Amino acid sequence: MTMRISRRGTLLGLAGAFSLGRASLAVAAAPTEKRLAVVVLRGALDGLSAVVPYGEAGLSGLRGGLAGVEPGREGGVLELGGFFGLHPALSGLHGMFRAGEAVVVHAVAGSWRNRSHFEAQDWMEFGAERRLESGWLNRVAGALGGVPGKGADLALAVGGLTPVLLRGPAPVGSWLPQSFAPPAGDFYARVARLHAADQVTGPAVASGLRERGFAAGALGEDRRPERFGFPALAGAAGRMLAASDGPRLAALEIGGWDTHANQADRLAGPLRQLDSGLVALREGLGAAWGQTVVLVMTEFGRTVRVNGTRGTDHGTGTVAFVAGGGVAGGRVRGDWPGLGAGQLFEGRDLAPTTDLRSVSKGVLADHLGLPGAVLERVFPGSLGAAPMSGLLRG
Amino acid sequence: MSARAWQAMSRFGLGRRGAEALPDDPMAWLAGQLEGADPALAVPARSTAEGLAAWREDIRRGNDGVSQSRIVFQEDVSGLLDYVAVTDVPFRERLAWFWANHFTVSQRRGAVVPVANAFLREAIRPHVTGKFADMLGAVMKHPAMLFYLDNQDSAGPRSAAAEAAPPARRVGLNENLARECLELHTVTPASGYGQADVVQMALVLTGWGVMLRGEVPGVLFRRPQHEPGEKMVLGHRVPAGPEGLDSVLGFLARHPATLRNLAVKLVRHFVADVPPEPAVAKVEQVLRETDGDLKAAALAVAGLPQAWEPQSKLRGPFDYVVAVVRALDLPAGNRPRLREAVAGLGQAVMNAPLPNGWPDMAHDWAGPEAMMRRVDFAWGVAGRGAGLEPMVVAEQALGPLLGEATRGEMMRAGSRREALALLFAGPEFQRR
Repeated sequence: MTMRISRRGTLLGLAGAFSLGRASLAVAAAPTEKRLAVVVLRGALDGLSAVVPYGEAGLSGLRGGLAGVEPGREGGVLELGGFFGLHPALSGLHGMFRAGEAVVVHAVAGSWRNRSHFEAQDWMEFGAERRLESGWLNRVAGALGGVPGKGADLALAVGGLTPVLLRGPAPVGSWLPQSFAPPAGDFYARVARLHAADQVTGPAVASGLRERGFAAGALGEDRRPERFGFPALAGAAGRMLAASDGPRLAALEIGGWDTHANQADRLAGPLRQLDSGLVALREGLGAAWGQTVVLVMTEFGRTVRVNGTRGTDHGTGTVAFVAGGGVAGGRVRGDWPGLGAGQLFEGRDLAPTTDLRSVSKGVLADHLGLPGAVLERVFPGSLGAAPMSGLLRG
Repeated sequence: MSARAWQAMSRFGLGRRGAEALPDDPMAWLAGQLEGADPALAVPARSTAEGLAAWREDIRRGNDGVSQSRIVFQEDVSGLLDYVAVTDVPFRERLAWFWANHFTVSQRRGAVVPVANAFLREAIRPHVTGKFADMLGAVMKHPAMLFYLDNQDSAGPRSAAAEAAPPARRVGLNENLARECLELHTVTPASGYGQADVVQMALVLTGWGVMLRGEVPGVLFRRPQHEPGEKMVLGHRVPAGPEGLDSVLGFLARHPATLRNLAVKLVRHFVADVPPEPAVAKVEQVLRETDGDLKAAALAVAGLPQAWEPQSKLRGPFDYVVAVVRALDLPAGNRPRLREAVAGLGQAVMNAPLPNGWPDMAHDWAGPEAMMRRVDFAWGVAGRGAGLEPMVVAEQALGPLLGEATRGEMMRAGSRREALALLFAGPEFQRR
């Protein structure tokens, strides 16, 4: 059957809502009842702020103001079982964790160690440390046989941008072109800094920011209302995935993680967006939540120590989240490497102990039932990164 | 490759297009662009006659239906902007738009809409490398200008048409075109003309109008509207009849005050907001010695040492949008809609608010909201560069003109899109 845009607009309940922050969505069809949504956190999430190892003795000495507050106290992290705590902005995800529907994997990293956003995002999405013809989620669509029929119809979607993750021969519907989305506040602040020395454009950009309601001291604060952000997009993705003739694979992305300065203030907003989005995704899915896995990943972590501008710089190990109705949740997975002397990667970063591809392959194997030979095609050269087992119940 | 190659492409061109070849000899590259016919004339577009036929059709149908005039404008201008985004004679293109702005016609007068692009093609482009007197003549006799500055309805008070008109239907002189021709297009108030000269000039212009009827609608000298008798403009004796206009325009085009006006505007556009006097004097001298040869004047401007001061001019919205699109070198299907983008930044194509055209100084374009819109545009258009390497785009487009601060912010950007947006929103890209 043909799935026309107008019908999809109805399905999404989102007609005309083009302003969706630094977020985008692309979908692909596949002949399965299982759903997979991959959320890319573009810009490198500080895993130690999202999932705080509050039980680690040296934490406040290393992180100062970014160490977080122990659970139970005001503004404290949300308890994950005695050693780790979730950032307080992640209350929705915490609810999923307590319901046994979310897993945290800590000290995760891809196979790359270059700390360049662009390359790392590419390798994370291509699923290999080189440019391939397709992203790994597109190869999943291909492996599931998602080529003709519904998939082709989905490609009718308005001509937005398909993230690398879903790019490739299997047809992809992408909508909400990124060009409509406004940048977040800190982008303007950086532009203003670049213009500061210019006698003509410098004052103009500074006044422009003031006139648009960015307080001079709060440049970088993200004041966009929630309804225009990632939650709206994630809710729409949930409704699309839930539909009986809808797509089965979705790639979502949300930015705002590159917290080089004032991280404590700047990270709360994006984390809240992510959290509301995950809840909206679950609500949009309805009963299909039980058939769904959501994988949340980022290109690398950030430095353990705080930098000179109360932020963190590009690092290595970070976290990944796996959530869904069928997930064997309520657990923090991965081997904790510790933050003690000699335990940091290159003396500065959380040491990676789990390959991100192992997490992805674990989901693909147990949730979508992809055999090992297919997993090797999806992630070429990943034999050394065995699928993580036990991510799904039963 | 020296910085001059990049400087030539931004100062005198429209910004480097992708990995377009850099000129070994920037002056030779600029001069080469002014040889032969203007390739923009090969872009399909309606003629003045076809535009006027569309206007005639709109009048016939009243408010019923889609405006044919607007369709003509939108299609032809969109086609032209697609050409501008990829042209390899950008200096010539800059000159065409410069002269079109000097002789502003604007959509704000409805009848101009279907012939605005034909005006650029037929009155401006053929003379960009020719004589100023010829361009002035072509402009003053083009329907777009005759409509825009109201000469269509002007008649001499002692003309046959005025004397035959019933008292209820007054027919008389309209000074609009005469005044702007003296004030803006040629001698400027610096020449010391008075109101009497304006009236005399208006009388010379009577009779020049547009005929909408017939197989080929177009410009027409209508003798019944023309004021009989000799006129006197700035002490220059002007005969009656259609030849009077050629006579006065030939005189005005060569007037020292006109040459000064043109030199100042050229230098302000290509060199500096406050034109250095020696630079103006040089261009003025070339215009005088070549009988107003615009190719020679353009090359004189390019030859000025002051013209190679890097990044001293702010790009107007049109130049800015075009430069960004050229830097990204996007395929036609993936470009932002240039007409809308330029309008969104405050410089809608062929739609200047007043006959003095778009301003040409930094403070006119660097208002707070204007700059914010550029930043928004930069963010939006950067979303189209998904497959591009931001640092490669930056190095290609700016070469040694790229500053360390912008490079550093780009390196620290959280995504390719953000890096490209910082490049296009940053200070270097605002300048040329």
